[in-house]
Amino acid sequence: MARLDDTNLATAKEIISRYPRIKSATIPLLHLAQEQDGYVATDAMEHIAELTNTTPAQVLGTCSFYEMFKREPVGKYLVNICTNISCQIMGGEELLHHAEESLGIKGGSTTADGLFTIEDVECIAACTEAPCLQINYRYFHKISNDQFDEVIADLRSGGRTDEIPPHGTLARIRQHIPADRAAGNADPAGIPEPIWLSAPATAPPEGEKA
Amino acid sequence: MPEAPAETAVAITVNGKAIAARPGELVIDAAERNGVYIPRFCYHHRMEPVGMCRMCLVEVDTGRGMALQPSCMLTVAPDMVVETESPVAKKAQDGILEFLLINHPLDCPVCDKGGECPLQDHTVAFGPGESRFVEEKRHYEKPISISENVYLDRERCILCDRCTRFAKDVAGDTLIHFQDRGNGTQINTFPDHPFASYFSGNTVQICPVGALTAKPYRFKARPWDLDVVESTCTDCAVGCRIVIDGSRNEVLRYAGVDSDPVNWSWLCDKGRFGFEKVGADARLSAPLVKETNGDLVETRWADALTQAARAIKAGLDKNGPGGTAIIGGAHLTNESAYAWAKLAKGVIGTDNVDAQLGDGLPAAMVAGMARATIDEACVAGGTLLVIGSDPKDELAVLFLRIRDAVTLHKTTVVELSPRATSLSEIAAHSLRSVPGAVHELVNQIIAGEGDLAPVRAALANDHLTVLLGRGSMAESAEATVAAAAALLAAFPNVKFLSGLRRANVHGALDLGLTPGFLPGRVTLDDGRAWFTEAWDTVPAEPGLDAAGILAAAADGRIDTLILLGADPLADFPDRELATRGLKGARTVIAVETLLNSSSAFAHIVLPAAGAAEVDGTTTNIEGRVSTVRQKVTPPGTARPDWMIAAELAFRLGADLNITDAASAWAEIERLSAAHAGMTAEALGNEPDGLIVGRTEPDVERPAMVSFSAPAFEAPAVDAYSLRLVTTRRLYDQGTLVSHSPSLAGLAVSGSLLANPTDLDRLGVAPSGNVKVSSPRGAITAAVEPDATVPPGTVVLAWNQGDPSPNALIDAAAPVTEVRLETTS
Repeated sequence: MARLDDTNLATAKEIISRYPRIKSATIPLLHLAQEQDGYVATDAMEHIAELTNTTPAQVLGTCSFYEMFKREPVGKYLVNICTNISCQIMGGEELLHHAEESLGIKGGSTTADGLFTIEDVECIAACTEAPCLQINYRYFHKISNDQFDEVIADLRSGGRTDEIPPHGTLARIRQHIPADRAAGNADPAGIPEPIWLSAPATAPPEGEKA
Repeated sequence: MPEAPAETAVAITVNGKAIAARPGELVIDAAERNGVYIPRFCYHHRMEPVGMCRMCLVEVDTGRGMALQPSCMLTVAPDMVVETESPVAKKAQDGILEFLLINHPLDCPVCDKGGECPLQDHTVAFGPGESRFVEEKRHYEKPISISENVYLDRERCILCDRCTRFAKDVAGDTLIHFQDRGNGTQINTFPDHPFASYFSGNTVQICPVGALTAKPYRFKARPWDLDVVESTCTDCAVGCRIVIDGSRNEVLRYAGVDSDPVNWSWLCDKGRFGFEKVGADARLSAPLVKETNGDLVETRWADALTQAARAIKAGLDKNGPGGTAIIGGAHLTNESAYAWAKLAKGVIGTDNVDAQLGDGLPAAMVAGMARATIDEACVAGGTLLVIGSDPKDELAVLFLRIRDAVTLHKTTVVELSPRATSLSEIAAHSLRSVPGAVHELVNQIIAGEGDLAPVRAALANDHLTVLLGRGSMAESAEATVAAAAALLAAFPNVKFLSGLRRANVHGALDLGLTPGFLPGRVTLDDGRAWFTEAWDTVPAEPGLDAAGILAAAADGRIDTLILLGADPLADFPDRELATRGLKGARTVIAVETLLNSSSAFAHIVLPAAGAAEVDGTTTNIEGRVSTVRQKVTPPGTARPDWMIAAELAFRLGADLNITDAASAWAEIERLSAAHAGMTAEALGNEPDGLIVGRTEPDVERPAMVSFSAPAFEAPAVDAYSLRLVTTRRLYDQGTLVSHSPSLAGLAVSGSLLANPTDLDRLGVAPSGNVKVSSPRGAITAAVEPDATVPPGTVVLAWNQGDPSPNALIDAAAPVTEVRLETTS
């Protein structure tokens, strides 16, 4: 939908300045784009390609490799319900069915008001707390249908914003490095290799064959 | 290639046989060089290995017992034991193939690759007879178009990473990439960013399955019906080795041949898909003569040749030999070029012959300078200085070689050009020169003061090569010549690689289709005695170049003007002079494969056989002579150019003694100082070709010219004007591209690029049309602000249709100064 706005562009430039190679900033910039729009827009990928001196195809290649970068708009709240074995035993599938029924959508889709997206996910590494789910990657452990309805009702009425930021927000505190203290880009290829990294000039002594 | 010397060879054992491998060599290469083929899909020896497909798994013992390892990722080590056919290796290969075939659709009967498909072949040779996979295969839309000429069928793709590695590492156009992951992994472009690479066709050639197919070849033939000859591409002067695949007397495709000194199996799309011009509908198939009403009508060869000979004879009687002039010949084979040179200089006696259309460099320089090969120019650790040439658009495959040298072999590129080119990104130093005054910048670099000290240091390399081209038509070649002379004086070991782009322009120059020269890079005076003996007569005085010929024709001093596949109206820098010249000549004879814009002025048109229709040889930028072969018969009664020359000579009462290409070549080898020793047999033994001027003649022959340059002073910059620079694009409105349907759509009309500050200063609106005027003429062009254009300069693409810069250029002026005005 959109390229990075002016504020985010300034942030992007700061992020880029942290890496020896500009290209290394691709993933942080994808997060930034997802934070801006709630998903990674096509225009944003083109913008990131311009900023990182790569091609849009390379940015898309990276972006599409990661499940957590959404390339289509998702709801403000992304509900990931686990149906892997521990959760399945403890009622994960029932929870998913309840969620689908109460929100009126199938897993993988978004409510008409654009608030909620349900996803049926693989193990989210909280098996001892089954059944569990994540909303925008914030965990809810041993959650019952009633508790689920309560959380959804709270979010719908605008509550719990401290607990759960909109989809795309990784953290609400961003580290900044003042421009005067930034290391800046310096391609390691252009820097002389330390002497201890170079291959040994002499062959290893007999009997020390690798 | 020579075997590794015994003291550096690495002794390994492959399938029980002792092998001397080269140090640093990959096991897969060492085995193949010794007759053991290890199956592979992703490995391509012109690209870095990735170990992606696992097909080349072999059992290797490096001292720790046998283990399966991918042989494309493994460098040979002393005493390594490799088993490629052991039961374990066989089982691994079998298993990999079964995996690869899980999602492969097996639609071989309707696949263009079927019959020449490595996956098919490997499955037969190494694979399982059947699959245990009964589930649903992956499904994708079939096929999708990823560029103008390439289709992608993702179902067939085995994700070997060859095309994407080619795009990223070889061509530098990372427009295709792996997307998604796991079972969903696919190759694709970014939405609405097609794989618009000049080299996209190579991905079709290296695809080990039928995932990438070429539109021009789609469903045209089955590989087993194809009949193949090896030849050389004659679309530009790089001279890429190709195979011409044809069936039923029709050329169906070109494929690159891995010629180690030249193209490494790569081709540009213009060359690869330009084969369509061979069988174009518009090809001339019978001679044409102009009726009194101005129409060109078909006639018989006998009548056309008689008329042509009569015109030449009338001119001879009236004005002497100088009344006949020839322009063009840069697309002929060496044999045809020699036949025409012999006809012009030995029979008619005129030296008004020029294979270049004022768009090249002086023949004395091209023939006289110390020439480098592509390998020498791209040597590891060397320096390549590029002046006035944008290799990607002019000599596309040379760009791939330069790119490889820079990215993988630490070659330093220094680029001097009036505006940024495709090399700027990879050049260590990319400097802007004032149009028409590049020698001033060269002198400053040689002085090496201040910022230019590192540039001077880069040039002070034992392996310094200068790629010398004629990038911009809007300036004369004098500055380039002066620059070359200054470099030669400052760096005596410098070698030059010519950047002239016309197919066989170097052959034409070597064989005397240029004023002041005789075949063999010999000046008229030096070769007079030798060639008088061979030919009876040679011209008395050096003649006129293309500009001189057109000017003389405009003054009525040329009776017969012969155009050898030349289109002065489109290609000569000065259209006004070209028009006057063509109108002024009493008889214009055009020897053409296709009618072009200048053909309207022709009185007699003789149809010539073109690429893939003649046997012979061609000479590339290095001076490398390689063979071209006939694959199909010419359309109608079109004939090879040498035959037309011989027929004309016969009607002028002479015998060229040329009865076929072989006899012409034998005569060249016998007479030319530069081609001595290059017998047909020697050429036949060396498919990569032989380099002109590097063999010692057996008998005393005339001395070859050496290079010296006249002094040149560039005109001062006129602060009120802007200097025009013309640039070339690979796809232009030339005859070749226009008659190749697959390429025609790729040519885009150019707009005038100007620096925004100049537009602001001149008060010209940065959009819409502007009137561009020079002392020569005026055109109206769309203007586009472009900050990469240096201030004081405007850029307009050459030969992209109207508006064309050749309306602005005065061939006699050293630079072209233009002024801009907003049109109302």
